[in-house]
Amino acid sequence: MRNYLNIIIAYSIMMLLIILVGIFQSWSIALTIFNYCMISAVMTLGANIQWGYAGLINFGIMGYTALGGLAVVLVSVAPVPEAWSVGGVNMMTCLGIVILMIFSTRYILKNIQKSKKRNYLIAGIIIVGLILIKIIAGPAIEQIEAVDPAKTGFLGGLGLPVLFSWIVGGLFAAGLAFIVGKVALGLRADYLAIATLLIAEIVVSIIKHEDWLARGVKNVIGLKRPAPYEIDLQTSPWFINLVEKFHSAKLDLANSLSERQDILNQLVIDASSVYVKLCFAGMFLVVVIILLIITQKALYSPWGRMMRAIRDNEEAASAMGKNVVKQHLFIFILGSAIVGIAGAMMVTNDGLFTPGSYRPMRYTFVIWVMVIVGGTGNNFGAILGGFVVWFLWVEAAPIALFFINLFTAHLPETNEIKVHLTNSAPYFRFLLVGIGLLLIMRFRPQGIIPEKIIKQ
Amino acid sequence: MDLINAVIVLLNYTIIPALTYGSQLALGAIFVTLIYGILRFANFATGDMMSFGTMFAVLLTYYFQSIGISFGFLPTALLTIPFAIFMMILYMLLIDQTVFKYYRIKKSPPVQLAMVSVGVMFVTQAVIRIIIGPTDRRFLDGEKFILKATEFKEMTGLAEGLTIKSTQMITIVVTIIVVAIMFWFLNKTKTGTSMRAYSDNEDLALLSGIDPKKVVLITWIIAGILATIGGILYGLDKSYRPFVYFNNMLPIFAAAIVGGIGNPYGAFFGGYVIAFAEIFLTYAYKRFLVYILPESLEPNSLMQLLSTDYKFAISFSILVIVLIFRPSGIFEGKRI
Repeated sequence: MRNYLNIIIAYSIMMLLIILVGIFQSWSIALTIFNYCMISAVMTLGANIQWGYAGLINFGIMGYTALGGLAVVLVSVAPVPEAWSVGGVNMMTCLGIVILMIFSTRYILKNIQKSKKRNYLIAGIIIVGLILIKIIAGPAIEQIEAVDPAKTGFLGGLGLPVLFSWIVGGLFAAGLAFIVGKVALGLRADYLAIATLLIAEIVVSIIKHEDWLARGVKNVIGLKRPAPYEIDLQTSPWFINLVEKFHSAKLDLANSLSERQDILNQLVIDASSVYVKLCFAGMFLVVVIILLIITQKALYSPWGRMMRAIRDNEEAASAMGKNVVKQHLFIFILGSAIVGIAGAMMVTNDGLFTPGSYRPMRYTFVIWVMVIVGGTGNNFGAILGGFVVWFLWVEAAPIALFFINLFTAHLPETNEIKVHLTNSAPYFRFLLVGIGLLLIMRFRPQGIIPEKIIKQ
Repeated sequence: MDLINAVIVLLNYTIIPALTYGSQLALGAIFVTLIYGILRFANFATGDMMSFGTMFAVLLTYYFQSIGISFGFLPTALLTIPFAIFMMILYMLLIDQTVFKYYRIKKSPPVQLAMVSVGVMFVTQAVIRIIIGPTDRRFLDGEKFILKATEFKEMTGLAEGLTIKSTQMITIVVTIIVVAIMFWFLNKTKTGTSMRAYSDNEDLALLSGIDPKKVVLITWIIAGILATIGGILYGLDKSYRPFVYFNNMLPIFAAAIVGGIGNPYGAFFGGYVIAFAEIFLTYAYKRFLVYILPESLEPNSLMQLLSTDYKFAISFSILVIVLIFRPSGIFEGKRI
């Protein structure tokens, strides 16, 4: 129990902070923050598996998040039949060519000795393949994008339930991680960071500019939801009755029937948004708990011990007969898949897919701050890091505004410095997170909840 | 005649812009490579440090304009360079003393320093946005063009015009001057040699009596000069926007690594490699081909290899290819 005391205290403080937001701002905001905290926690769990367990630095979190989001679109959106009839055959042919390219390259790599001839062959396959794809896909893409461009203009998805896309998102991310891992994992740590960051940028720029795939920067809105819609709730009698019961004391204070109805309507509208967010919170909580149990089990299994051994001394572990390269690749894929799930969860929560919003600042560096601040190598720490940093990230502006007002209280409203500072309140989040990271790195490099190694 | 027109088209739309962009990248890449070679970490705050220096140039330009100082036909921003560099170096030294020094003395692994530089990146970005805000700012004044397309057409009687913006000329000239002075400093002066020695083998350099504090100080000073000038030239040519500077960090890193990180010549060259690749692969060659091909072969598509949306992606792909096949860069840099 003693061992877990600091964890319990840290989590209680965090919950208290969110409850305070609920009391002072609104429950809807508090739940939004809570949901995003949990999404961040899943991302942090993924990054923590890579960095904390194995010491692999992955700055490509943005790319995996975006792929997870793409999965939601490709799985849950209804297919666009016109687009399929116009360009479906060509696009499928291209997919076939890509698969053929991959397999023929693999075949060459396996069956021909390392030589110049092999390099030329592979280069030839890639160039011929790309030219073929350009010729076949070019007109098809134009036609697909011309199909009702204001609403669709893309192939659409499969029309499956949206929850299924969380798994697909994980698979997509795992697939990307396999490629990235094969290419980049041999590099030294800081090069790996740069390489993964750049590959993630390539992935995001492809998602952004290939409009036939997921509308690119035109965004996909109105995605399916695993939770009820607010409008439906507001018209369903059971929900109104529930709200009525819940707030009966408040409603009884109303003077007239019409006033009572007004208050009730307002309450129903508020409650519907809270209810939807609670549904999401419940689903996310299930995911977080399942992942936490799995990762904890893995960490204290022989496999986890092996990973730590590899992290702490690669050469010794390799001398003991552990396949370092294979294990690195495996853990890289595993961590990225979890990040992909988080990406899918986030898009589901938002109900829209906006490729333009994937920026390294928000989706790579902030997540890394979460991992470092929470505690590398400790899953409870990683989740806490996700909560703390996301909370600061969101609440930094109100906090900054409060302090600005406090310190400039003696100045008149029109004072230039005061106006300027008030306008730049949103940017204090960068300051807060940056200083937080620097302080933690300096004075508590192991994070808020440090890694704990149970000795048997 | 057609051939000359074709050459002019290429010059106008690819070679001159690529030289300009390459110079801007090269300055940043040398900055990255110096920090990497001497202080031994990948500085993720690169873009924001460049932005920080440029911010002072922008503010001072506005101030100079308000009190009526101008630089004739040249942009006023060139006058502000010394002041901006001074502020930049002060900021860098402050950051070094408060943040990086601790880890350097502790001999932390490079990854830790890189993570710390992420913290510096956050703080720098916040400071910039709080001081100047995130909006787009143009601070170019003076003569805009050295050569206008119409003038060129009148002068030569060719069908194609050649435009040279003053910022393009300034960028290329200033870059050549700065880089020449820097290479002279690194190769011919005693301090420069000691820096190279420190970069090659720290222990040996310390044994032979090189003062590490001095080396670090000089490194930050040179870095400040490069970062500020690179940032100002980019801002003059395009426009000043904090977010864009952060994004520019990525092609700059690509340039530094492609050239061989830790090797300033490589970084200089890498900047141009990245810039030329980006522009040549995304340029629509239709107009060029119309001039050199016989009429029967004239292309009816744009003849563009990749859409300009993928500009950044190209530099990253080059980087990935170089990392796979020649991880130490085109010129031998440090072993990875």
